[in-house]
Amino acid sequence: MIDSIALFLTTDFVLYALAAGISLALIAGPLGSFIVWRRMSYFGDTLAHSALLGIALGLITNSNPQLSIIISCLLFAFILTLLDRRPSVSTDTLLGILAHSSLALGIVVLAMADSVRVDLEAYLFGALLTIGNVDLIWILVVAALVAAVLYWFWNDFVSITVHAEIAEIEGTNVNRLNLILVLLIALTIAVSMKIVGVLLITSLLIIPPAAARSLATTPEQMSRKASIIGVISVVLGLLSAFYFDVPVGPSIVVVATLIFLGFYFFPAVQNDRG
Amino acid sequence: MVVYDNDNGSTPPASADGVLLSAKSINKDFAGRKILENINLTISEGQIVTLIGPNGAGKTTLVRIALGLLQADSGTIYHHPSLRIGYMPQRVHIEPTLPLTVIRFLQLANRQDKELMSATLHKLKISHLEQHQLAAISGGELQRVLLARALLRNPQLLILDEPAQGVDLAGQAELYQLISEISAVQGCGVLMISHDLHLVMSSTDEVICLNHHICCHGKPEHVSTDPAYLNLFGAHASESLAVYTHHHNHEHDIGGSIKEPDND
Repeated sequence: MIDSIALFLTTDFVLYALAAGISLALIAGPLGSFIVWRRMSYFGDTLAHSALLGIALGLITNSNPQLSIIISCLLFAFILTLLDRRPSVSTDTLLGILAHSSLALGIVVLAMADSVRVDLEAYLFGALLTIGNVDLIWILVVAALVAAVLYWFWNDFVSITVHAEIAEIEGTNVNRLNLILVLLIALTIAVSMKIVGVLLITSLLIIPPAAARSLATTPEQMSRKASIIGVISVVLGLLSAFYFDVPVGPSIVVVATLIFLGFYFFPAVQNDRG
Repeated sequence: MVVYDNDNGSTPPASADGVLLSAKSINKDFAGRKILENINLTISEGQIVTLIGPNGAGKTTLVRIALGLLQADSGTIYHHPSLRIGYMPQRVHIEPTLPLTVIRFLQLANRQDKELMSATLHKLKISHLEQHQLAAISGGELQRVLLARALLRNPQLLILDEPAQGVDLAGQAELYQLISEISAVQGCGVLMISHDLHLVMSSTDEVICLNHHICCHGKPEHVSTDPAYLNLFGAHASESLAVYTHHHNHEHDIGGSIKEPDND
């Protein structure tokens, strides 16, 4: 048993999967915390679903798939941010329409493109073990970029999340920072598609922070602990996928959910004072 | 991005006559309803201006326009581009999913100046709350924390939207007293919204009575007897005022001892 795990963990494709999954989990901690604090999980879903349309369009136009996903995600993020600034439109309804129509349209386009045989399931639920050289480089570069931007603007991001108006009076450019944050989320979703797939990406972003909530007293603690929980979920998810012979993406999400449930029913820190 | 300097000795960029901010002929409609009509207003260094008026009179709208958070339909706001404003909003909602201690909240405004931080915590008597969750402190404590955050920018102008809301009556008097002390010591101008004229009376230089337009304005003693004010707030308000002005021949400091009266 131990031997087979050791052998499994040192296989090339498993090492690639681990490197990709862990680096994504590390940035998903802080980024996902912002999604939770700002109630943007539906927004993340919409972006993820629209990414499938990006894949479809990339395939029929014969473009680089990773690049077409990134461009379509960034484009959608930009459009959603613009629409969000018009308060007369209900954001909730709008996101619902965009999320599912782009998912449906993506599947229709993929089905019509007879020339290309696509493994739809890999895009919907992830295919972490098929990650190659190029995929890994994309993920590492984007993770490093996202981490650097988050680190650079950290105090400003927290400030606009806590109270946008005070932040603005204090001289923070709230609109610009909102846009940067949304683009970071879009970028992360775009490259993490291979890991857990369109349908499960948001869960990888929001479950670890939700699990870390009761362990934290500051935003920094919550995002750090969310990263740790994310890494644990990736490693345990990968191991159990191997052990029980189940798909990797869903098994990572299941592990994260179990950790969340554990902390939810047995909170470690009592934050409410009497 | 605006860069603030937190140097205590910096001279305020006020105009020659000490005016920090002025609003000229401000008009604002919401969905066809006139909210603000031809509002003029100036705040100078060391001056405390209080906006009073019934609910829905446009007080918060005027403050938001002055802050630049809202665009007026017509009229202009003048202030020096590098004017440092400390702002205390009416309502602060902290997401329950966001863990935030009082000290971390305050550090969002100023992380460098540790001396200013501990002096401000001490002045507002909130040092003991440092490690408490912001969502778990009382309404009165929250107002002090918000005032502390506004002060941490070392402001030349404080803009306070109902600073005493959620504070008990004794605490309210103390808070207004504190604001007037801060203004006197630091020489900063204050624009604040209040419901109760009698509570702010001793700590304000100018009262503006607002009900979509400026009904009356001037020294608090003058406004309290103005027919437009009495018409808006009823005779009851003036009675409670009369009781208060009876005691107005001295002032208490925060510890309760009697202060030398200021020369008006």
